[in-house]
Amino acid sequence: MHERNYTKLWWRNCLAIICLSVVPLLFVAISLYSLFDGIYTEKVTETLKRTAENRRDAIDLFFNERIAQLYTIANTNTFAALSDETFLKKIFEVMHVKSNSYMDIGVIDDEGNHRSYVGPYYSLLKEVNYKHEPWFNATKANGIYISDIFMGFRKVPHFIIAVMVREKNTSWILRVTINLKNIYDVLQVDLVGEGSDAFIVNNKNVLMTQPRSGGYYLEKPNYPDFSSTITTNAGRRNFEAQESFYASTKISSTKWVLVVKEDPAEILLPFQKGRYLMVFFTISGLATIVLGAIIFTNVLINRIRQTDQEDASKSDMLIQANKMIALSKMAAGIAHEVNNPLAAIAEVAGWMKDLLAEEDIAKNKNFTELDESVDKIEQQVARAKKVIHNLLGFARRMEPAKEKINVNTLLDETTGFLDNEAKYVNINIEKKYAENVPIITNDLSQIQQVILNILNNAIDAIEHSGTVTVSTRYHEKTDEVEISIADTGKGIPESNLGKIFDPFFTTKEVGKGTGLGLSISYTIIEKLGGRITVESKAGEGTVFTIFLPKN
Amino acid sequence: MDTLRVLIVDDEDDFRETIVKRLKVRKVLAEGASSGIEALKVLETKDYDVIVLDVKMPKMDGIETLRHIKKLKPEIEVIMLTGHASVEFGIKGMQLGAFDYVMKPAPLNELLDTIIQAYNKKRGLPH
Repeated sequence: MHERNYTKLWWRNCLAIICLSVVPLLFVAISLYSLFDGIYTEKVTETLKRTAENRRDAIDLFFNERIAQLYTIANTNTFAALSDETFLKKIFEVMHVKSNSYMDIGVIDDEGNHRSYVGPYYSLLKEVNYKHEPWFNATKANGIYISDIFMGFRKVPHFIIAVMVREKNTSWILRVTINLKNIYDVLQVDLVGEGSDAFIVNNKNVLMTQPRSGGYYLEKPNYPDFSSTITTNAGRRNFEAQESFYASTKISSTKWVLVVKEDPAEILLPFQKGRYLMVFFTISGLATIVLGAIIFTNVLINRIRQTDQEDASKSDMLIQANKMIALSKMAAGIAHEVNNPLAAIAEVAGWMKDLLAEEDIAKNKNFTELDESVDKIEQQVARAKKVIHNLLGFARRMEPAKEKINVNTLLDETTGFLDNEAKYVNINIEKKYAENVPIITNDLSQIQQVILNILNNAIDAIEHSGTVTVSTRYHEKTDEVEISIADTGKGIPESNLGKIFDPFFTTKEVGKGTGLGLSISYTIIEKLGGRITVESKAGEGTVFTIFLPKN
Repeated sequence: MDTLRVLIVDDEDDFRETIVKRLKVRKVLAEGASSGIEALKVLETKDYDVIVLDVKMPKMDGIETLRHIKKLKPEIEVIMLTGHASVEFGIKGMQLGAFDYVMKPAPLNELLDTIIQAYNKKRGLPH
């Protein structure tokens, strides 16, 4: 039988289970991960977008309020009135009551000359002419102007809001300088995380405010260019080689773009925790699968190995049985072939003995030698006969026939053979058959041989005058038919009772019995699926009971 | 005893011939036939009291020969000669009307006893 490679089988099975279980697990884990990742990124960018827009709205509102205030002042007062610095100062003080965002205020005429000024840089700015400044011309062109951050004459970053007013044939400009702090207040409020940042660039990607992470006014930031943002954008981009979440939005009242940035390490912290948890569950799932696969495979391989061993021993048994059948056929063949010449030898020896009996002993000097030699031939023939008998005891038909047998009829027939013999020695054969004995399927002639043998023994045991009782019974529980043969003979002593089925055990005189009858009977009944038992009491009789299965 | 006519049917020449000789010494009118066919042929012209019939013979075996004998001359008693390997044929023979069976090799006296019992039965004497 082909020997399985159990190690290879183990690995194959184990890996197959692991692969089949791991693939769906990883599939679920990866899709959950990317789904989670996507949803989380979306949530984060959405939040960031809202933050950016809120800040933008606040800044827009701030600008619009300033513009409205300026516009109101400019249009409710005449150029002449505002040119009076005492009056302007009074107005500036009123403005300052509710807002400290103004640094100074000035009125500039059509020619760019400062007509009046209130603020900390009076001596520096009072005589300055703005005619050639870009903001002056831009204000004249647009009516309202919000400048980029610039250093100006003061050399500090600031910006201005200017409103142009037309009066009669001329026009003039009301201008304020705005404290940058107000913008920062709105821009960088509530920036908690270290990686969080917010800054403003203008349409030329020049910093209008300084990011927390570094960069100077009016310089290009170390960040990607967001200056072309038209409405609001959000997503992930690399900031100084680190991927960050961002949202950029256009401040509508200016040419500025507001950028909010978040460090993913901080903002993704809850997500990261979820991710670790997922990795943990995935790994423990994998471990469970591997462990389960190993345990399951071990059980399976052991089962297979066991089955293989059982199969192997079954086929061993089959081989053994076939061997026995072949052997018994051969033994029977040999026995038969040797038996005929043996019979001839026996007869010829007998004939020689017959002839010797007629010889004159005195005349024949070799008579004694010849007579003894013929005796020896006869003894050896008897010995060979026993050997053959033994051989046949072993070779007794291995494959029993299957015939329908009516046990009661069979017993009638078999006892019939012995009726005369029994009558001759005054033995009465009594029959006590049960009527419910079913037809059994078995080997008729072998059973008959056994019954005949036991009946012969019974008659021999009684010797003269007695009763042999043959009875049948049906045992429904075990589905067995019982044949019982009881005699009123001399019985078997208890010391011999255990030996009567042994081969060559006999109590008969030498030459009268081979001691094989009961042994062969026992073997036959065993082979036919039944059993044979004996009960005996010395002086009272013996009962042999044969149990045969119905099928 | 002089009237006891026995036919020995066996294909083993040495065995058959020796038995015939030994039976003759014992005042039995014994004759031999080397096959079932020969035995049936002889039976057409001669009569016997007992026929000793080997169960294992080529062409026509003992059982078949027995059937023919019992059909032809049912009054003749038949004794089956069996080997140890063919006891069941002896029993089968008895079912078919043989008087008894004797296992080869058997001492001549045992065979002769059985022959006499069969002869007694045929003559209606106790056997």
